Amino acid sequence: MSPNDLSSYLIIGAIVFALGLFTVLTRRNAISVLMGVELILNSANINYVAFSHFSSGNADGQIYAIFVIMLAAAEAAVGLAIVLAIFQLFHTIDVEAAETLKD
Amino acid sequence: MNVSTAVFYLIALITVVSAAMVAFSRNIIYSAFSLLGTFMGVAGLYVFLGADFVAAVQVLIYVGGILVLILFAVMLTHRITDVEITNRSAGTLPALLVVGVLAYLLIDAGLETPWAKAKQLVYEATAGKIGDQFLYTYLLPFELASLVLLAAMIGAVVLSRKEIKE
Repeated sequence: MSPNDLSSYLIIGAIVFALGLFTVLTRRNAISVLMGVELILNSANINYVAFSHFSSGNADGQIYAIFVIMLAAAEAAVGLAIVLAIFQLFHTIDVEAAETLKD
Repeated sequence: MNVSTAVFYLIALITVVSAAMVAFSRNIIYSAFSLLGTFMGVAGLYVFLGADFVAAVQVLIYVGGILVLILFAVMLTHRITDVEITNRSAGTLPALLVVGVLAYLLIDAGLETPWAKAKQLVYEATAGKIGDQFLYTYLLPFELASLVLLAAMIGAVVLSRKEIKE
């Protein structure tokens, strides 16, 4: 592992992705699930920028990373608005409480 | 081991440990503040990758925007004085198994695949290059992005306002 080695960034990205997926899978709190999604998006961004630096040598990967950051901002705004609406309706943000659609 | 390698190890450690805190902490406030470490660590990794503009955007949008939004939602939806576990989790063992296998496969694929190598590693200011590309090659996605942001903004306002019944 060194700063001038593609694989070290891929390993960090894989670990952050796994931790984000673990957060999404196990958490019962809707805000925590959104935090897990942010971790997953960040790990994808690390890979984009790392491949842009080590493999392609042009800025395309960085532009995709900026698009991902933009979509993450939109996702966070809408997702947290939905969480607040669920909290007003059910007085909890446990994701298992908001399953009335299937009844 | 020179200074930059040591700083790289430190940043990688901060990123991974903060991500682990987000995943395993039993208090949602600690989870939310650990996210700060991950975002700043990832911004540091971008600097190591010669992506100065992306690092600045990461700090501005993730730390300045998304993290503040998340903390805002945490504070609005929890009574802070509650001492009970605010961040319940379920199905830990099967999730740990699945995630462990997936992480092993991802790391193995990353190490074993012969990735393409760039002719040389460039470290130069990227903001001008990215701006040019946004207005030539990526003009349509750029305009669509502004539309998406407008739609998200209107959607968030509509979703979170109080319903006024007649």
